[in-house]
Amino acid sequence: MPKRRPEERVKNFDEVALGYTEEMAVEEARRCLQCKNPQCRKGCPVEVPIPQFIDCIVKGNYAEGIATIKSKNALPAVCGRVCPQEEQCQKMCIKGKKGDPISIGRLERYLADWEGRNGGQVPERVPSTGKKVAVIGAGPGGLTAAADLVKMGHDVTLFEALHVAGGVLSYGIPEFRLPKDIVKREVEYVQSLGVDLRLGNLIGRIHNIPELFAMGYDAMFICSGAGLPQWTGCPGENLGGIYSANEFLIRVNLMKAYSFPTEDTPIRIGKHVVVIGGGNVAIDCARISMRLGATVCLNYRRSRNELPARREEIENAEEEGLMCKFLSAPVEFYGDERGWVRSMRCTCMELTEPDESGRQSVQPIACSDFEIPADTVIIAIGQTPNPIIQRTTEGLRTNPRNGTIVVDADGRTNLEGVYAGGDVSTGAATVISAMGAGKRAARSIHEYLMNGTARGDGSFTGK
Amino acid sequence: MTYKILAKRNLAHKMTMFEVDAPEIAAKAKPGQFLIVIARTGSERIPLTICDFDAQKGTVTFAFHEVGKSTKELATFAEGDVLLNVTGPLGNPSEIGCFGRVLCVGGGIMVAPLLLQVKAMKAAGNEVTTVLGCRSGEFLFMKKEAMALSDEVLVASDDGTAGETGMDFLRDLLACKMFDRCVVMGPVLMMRSVCEITRPFNIPTVVTLTPIMIDGMGMCGVCRVTVNGKMLFGCVDGPEFDGHQTNFDELVKRQRTMLPEERLSSIMWESGGGCKCERK
Ligand SMILES: Cc1cc2nc3c(=O)[nH]c(=O)nc-3n(C[C@H](O)[C@H](O)[C@H](O)COP(=O)(O)OP(=O)(O)OC[C@H]3O[C@@H](n4cnc5c(N)ncnc54)[C@H](O)[C@@H]3O)c2cc1C
Ligand SMILES: Cc1cc2nc3c(=O)[nH]c(=O)nc-3n(C[C@H](O)[C@H](O)[C@H](O)COP(=O)(O)OP(=O)(O)OC[C@H]3O[C@@H](n4cnc5c(N)ncnc54)[C@H](O)[C@@H]3O)c2cc1C
Ligand code: SF4
Ligand code: SF4
Ligand code: FES
Repeated sequence: MPKRRPEERVKNFDEVALGYTEEMAVEEARRCLQCKNPQCRKGCPVEVPIPQFIDCIVKGNYAEGIATIKSKNALPAVCGRVCPQEEQCQKMCIKGKKGDPISIGRLERYLADWEGRNGGQVPERVPSTGKKVAVIGAGPGGLTAAADLVKMGHDVTLFEALHVAGGVLSYGIPEFRLPKDIVKREVEYVQSLGVDLRLGNLIGRIHNIPELFAMGYDAMFICSGAGLPQWTGCPGENLGGIYSANEFLIRVNLMKAYSFPTEDTPIRIGKHVVVIGGGNVAIDCARISMRLGATVCLNYRRSRNELPARREEIENAEEEGLMCKFLSAPVEFYGDERGWVRSMRCTCMELTEPDESGRQSVQPIACSDFEIPADTVIIAIGQTPNPIIQRTTEGLRTNPRNGTIVVDADGRTNLEGVYAGGDVSTGAATVISAMGAGKRAARSIHEYLMNGTARGDGSFTGK
Repeated sequence: MTYKILAKRNLAHKMTMFEVDAPEIAAKAKPGQFLIVIARTGSERIPLTICDFDAQKGTVTFAFHEVGKSTKELATFAEGDVLLNVTGPLGNPSEIGCFGRVLCVGGGIMVAPLLLQVKAMKAAGNEVTTVLGCRSGEFLFMKKEAMALSDEVLVASDDGTAGETGMDFLRDLLACKMFDRCVVMGPVLMMRSVCEITRPFNIPTVVTLTPIMIDGMGMCGVCRVTVNGKMLFGCVDGPEFDGHQTNFDELVKRQRTMLPEERLSSIMWESGGGCKCERK
């Protein structure tokens, strides 16, 4: 797929990958074998009918193609861009056994962008069931569940704490990987289905779960994500210039600080940025920092082989000038007289023998400390679930180790009528897994509302 | 939800109070909680403490001091204008109880939300002494309201143009009168000096910390403060904390981290160069 040149793209926030032309899309679609028993589909967490939509591309039936995808996936323009396809649908594609798998994600993106240019269709509303569902959190999981539930005829209110919907798609993943216009379009699509979106509603504070039942909601789906930043615990962490990945991302993506002072929220970035961590979030922070004009060094405590970020993104980042320091962990941060970070001390790490599960752990090497200059530090070592709902819902079962909400395979929590899914129940995962959870929960909520005993009296008791 | 400004009141020079239509927030608000106000698309998320709420009328009230671009722009909104979003109530409610004799000390714009606490403390059966702190006499406001709500009202100004000069007089007050609790809301330096005054008297002192905030719901961590040696988040663990355990030095430094950018923004706004394309 065509990409913009690294020298050019590192100067702005425009999208890096340009997408297929029509000829390229058709040519790629023709390579598909139209398998009778398509393995690719098993690799997709939401079971997109892959060979069917690819066939539509071959035949030039783009409108039918996008409708085919949308029967299973409410956010194709997003998934086509940010799904880790190499781990999912494309990993299972038969063509990948010898040679390259079909570029399923790129074809999906092609159709979604085609629809964006040509205008989409909104399915007709089905007769109302008279049941009310509250969906909490307008990230990919919540948007998917809301879309599915409203299509089943339920009355859906989607509560979002921030003033913009989209969850991580809006505040986390940067513009140059996922343009915000696309997220906006997908959100508008979900609203056009009839979902009532309420922005600036922090559930737990404005209404809590029992109050929502009292307000007449028959069931609810909690999809509030994993947005609580984790810290290193090293001395000096509260110095100026030390950002959590979330602060950095929210400033830049949600509040558009890269356009400061045209936009009101600022970001301060120095010359030597150190990003601590090695996942997708760390790579995104590093690539943003380079676009803001800094030299960036990624500090990861394991080695290159263990980097959890997507290969494609690591390569993109290195093309753009990212430096990496592997097997290194922070020990302490030092500041100047005004309380701004100036340097940091790190220690070298070594990998230990693999344990039974095969995973190697790391340990510090004695007397190996070194100091590096750092006038901005971004800590991207993981997130845990937002705790407000858990704290304000008595009896809701959570995992004491990491604060995730405990659910069964259908997304049921221990409380009747209360479902959960996405990052809040799995810990930080992927867009498509959150959407899969949204789909499953929508199905079981429907089941519960239509066949189970929906509580109409507003009472609230844990099972 | 419309978030329409139903009433605008000028409290003092560059100090404004808005009463906004927000029935759902009004139904849930408690003293000590705050809002995030977003004026228009592209605006900052401004944290402001709730000054009053009326569940019946469905309104919440907040007051702000024009200190930088965002608050200056907010002040240009008029009665009848609509704000893009008001999120809340955020943060934990104040601990209101019958403590006995309570000293409520306010400084600057924070006198306005302090009076909500005064009201609640009084309603809970306390004897309340309210101190209104201001830079100088011309910035003194809501004295009448304070007198109606409290058992005793004292005034102090930085330059002595109204009431006592500075907060040092509190030392003498505490020496001759016993207080069971002290609530302080105001500029950080003033809260710190009041805490130093109450410390030797062992009066539990609650401060409302105002670190820089963005989301106000525990996602970014910019509001982190050190209290009792622990890292806590101003927005979800606070905004009220034990003043005797608060690391004020760190808070002052963290509040100033974006100063050059804030100045730039403010100068551009004043000179008319800031982006006003989508205003309102
Ligand atoms: C920087 C970054 C890059 C990533 N890159 C990729 C990628 O390339 N590919 C990929 O597949 N995944 C990626 N991920 C992970 C992916 O974005 C998440 O797994 C996914 O967004 C989780 O979806 P969710 O719906 O569970 O939660 P979220 O997207 O986190 O959405 C939760 C929403 O709930 C709202 N909320 C929280 N609490 C409340 C409350 N009390 N009341 C109301 N609303 C509330 C939040 O404001 C938020 O909008 C990335 C994540 C980050 C941070
Ligand atoms: C929980 C909470 C409650 C608050 N309640 C009120 C209130 O009721 N009324 C009110 O007027 N203000 C209140 N504040 C402070 C208010 O949010 C800031 O004054 C406002 O965000 C400044 O925005 P600005 O763009 O106009 O100024 P900026 O350009 O951001 O800043 C201008 C000047 O104000 C200082 N400043 C910036 N942010 C803060 C802050 N959070 N606290 C104190 N000083 C700051 C800066 O250091 C700078 O000197 C509260 C803050 C918090 C966190
Ligand atoms: S949604 Fe993701 S995993 Fe499924 S087909 Fe599309 S790109 Fe592949
Ligand atoms: S497995 Fe590959 S070749 Fe077969 S249908 Fe799926 S995409 Fe086409
Ligand atoms: S303001 Fe972001 S965590 Fe408190």
